[in-house]
Amino acid sequence: MIRFHEVGLSYGDGADGGGETGLVLRNISFAVPSGGFRWLLGPSGAGKTSLLRLLYLAARPSRGEAVILGHPVHAAGRRDLVELRRRIGVVFQDFRLLAHLSVFDNVALPLRLAGRPEGQIRADVAEMLRWVGLAGRMAALPPTLSGGEQQRVAIARAVINRPDLILADEPTGNLDEAQAERLMQLLAELNRLGTSIIVATHQTALLARHPAPALRLDRGRLVGDG
Amino acid sequence: MARDGVRPREVRLRPAGFDELGLKRAFAPRLLPLLVAAMAFLAALTLVGMLAAAGLARHWREGAGASLTVQVPMPDAPAATGAGSRAEAVLTLLRAAPGIAAARRLSGAELDALLRPWLGATPGALGLAVPAVITVQRAAAAPLDEAALTARLAAPAPGTLVEAAAPWLARLAALARSLEALAALALVIVGAIAALVIAIATRAGLAARREALEIVHGLGASDGYIAARFAARALFLAAIGGVSGTLAALPVVVLLTRLAAPFTALAAPGRLSPADAVALPATLWLAVLPPAAAAIGWLTAEITVRRWLRRLP
Ligand SMILES: Nc1ncnc2c1ncn2[C@@H]1O[C@H](COP(=O)(O)OP(=O)(O)O)[C@@H](O)[C@H]1O
Ligand SMILES: [Mg+2]
Repeated sequence: MIRFHEVGLSYGDGADGGGETGLVLRNISFAVPSGGFRWLLGPSGAGKTSLLRLLYLAARPSRGEAVILGHPVHAAGRRDLVELRRRIGVVFQDFRLLAHLSVFDNVALPLRLAGRPEGQIRADVAEMLRWVGLAGRMAALPPTLSGGEQQRVAIARAVINRPDLILADEPTGNLDEAQAERLMQLLAELNRLGTSIIVATHQTALLARHPAPALRLDRGRLVGDG
Repeated sequence: MARDGVRPREVRLRPAGFDELGLKRAFAPRLLPLLVAAMAFLAALTLVGMLAAAGLARHWREGAGASLTVQVPMPDAPAATGAGSRAEAVLTLLRAAPGIAAARRLSGAELDALLRPWLGATPGALGLAVPAVITVQRAAAAPLDEAALTARLAAPAPGTLVEAAAPWLARLAALARSLEALAALALVIVGAIAALVIAIATRAGLAARREALEIVHGLGASDGYIAARFAARALFLAAIGGVSGTLAALPVVVLLTRLAAPFTALAAPGRLSPADAVALPATLWLAVLPPAAAAIGWLTAEITVRRWLRRLP
């Protein structure tokens, strides 16, 4: 369950963190039930990435209250966020793969950080890479892959840990239509299995093919919910 | 949610050699082992100097505190009071006095040996009248009133002198103690510089791997997990430096110990075979330096990384 109540975010150093000028998100209030699916829409610069950063705990609210997977993160200590992050899978706009690690090791990383035994890891990662069509590239380094392939590695890494919440920031931006459709099928499948999902996009074509409630942002404010 | 029990497990299960932060390349400052080696070299010399000064201070302090010399002129003349010669009467009185553990009259041969370097011949050959010299060991804790003792000894043997062991021994002991303290201070400074060097190298490594750190942090790595990666590497680099610096210092230490041996012998005449007595503990103490360098490396990296990570949410 996710519940935001009058959340504000500023990227300032805190000096004017309370001032209206520094806020890139203001008065954001919404809720997403467990297992819910939401599109996150809005023009470029509206604050989609900023809102996702709050959700995947790369930033903390400057104001208001944010409850993520049942945890009040506005009041939590740093240590409390560590395990919460392991329950959230993120597909970044720019992939954020570790360039010096193989495709296999990139995808295995969340499992290793969670302390999963090495024996289980091998089978799970191999299975996941088959699923995203990269079984033959396990030993490759990310910089040697195409944009679409890197995207699929990022997706595999985001879902390998069977997270309770998946966040995707313009995930289809680097994919062709067939690949984008495949990704949406995967996300829909995970959503059916009970994973909450929020996907930021400005590609309205996707929206038409996969109708779902949407959070609409404009200039840092929530202008539509549903 | 943050269960402490989970954290050591995740570190153990990490496959050996798995370098998720890419530290083998990003945190491999070639200069670091070299600088730590230089620190270990300095620390080795300082440590040996400190131990030598400590040894000298102890010997000199014991020498200064524990003994008196009593000179009895015309030792063989009959005592003014009581029976026997003056020397015998003084000895009897000394042995009965409180606060005195032992008193022994130096033999003629010992006196000759003591005086020959000054006189160029034995006193007898020069026809000199030599007083009896009695060395007195004081009981450890008991205070001694020298003036009262002198007065008491003058009764059977007027002219008897009581001399507290040379004040220069006390001066030397104080000097050695100061040297010891200075050496300890120098050791602390060398350790602090090593920590500083390691902290700077660690911060450079953190800056070089900032993106990877943010990614791994975002995937749910704890501060302890990330700090442990850096600390393991810092420990390794500092240990290499510590071992090579200490080994390089070893020949110098042995040489210095040889040079210092006569002074140590002077401080504790006849009691030990001086070269060995100083050399052995000093070289053993040097074995502390590599683990100390490794520990400084580990601890500095842990603290530096944990502090740096606080900038991440
Ligand atoms: N790290 C940052 N520091 C300062 N301002 C930022 C930062 N990231 C984004 N912004 C600002 O916040 C606003 C929202 O950006 P963003 O969340 O990236 O929007 P979107 O993802 O919808 O394009 C923009 O005005 C952008 O300039
Ligand atoms: Mg964006």
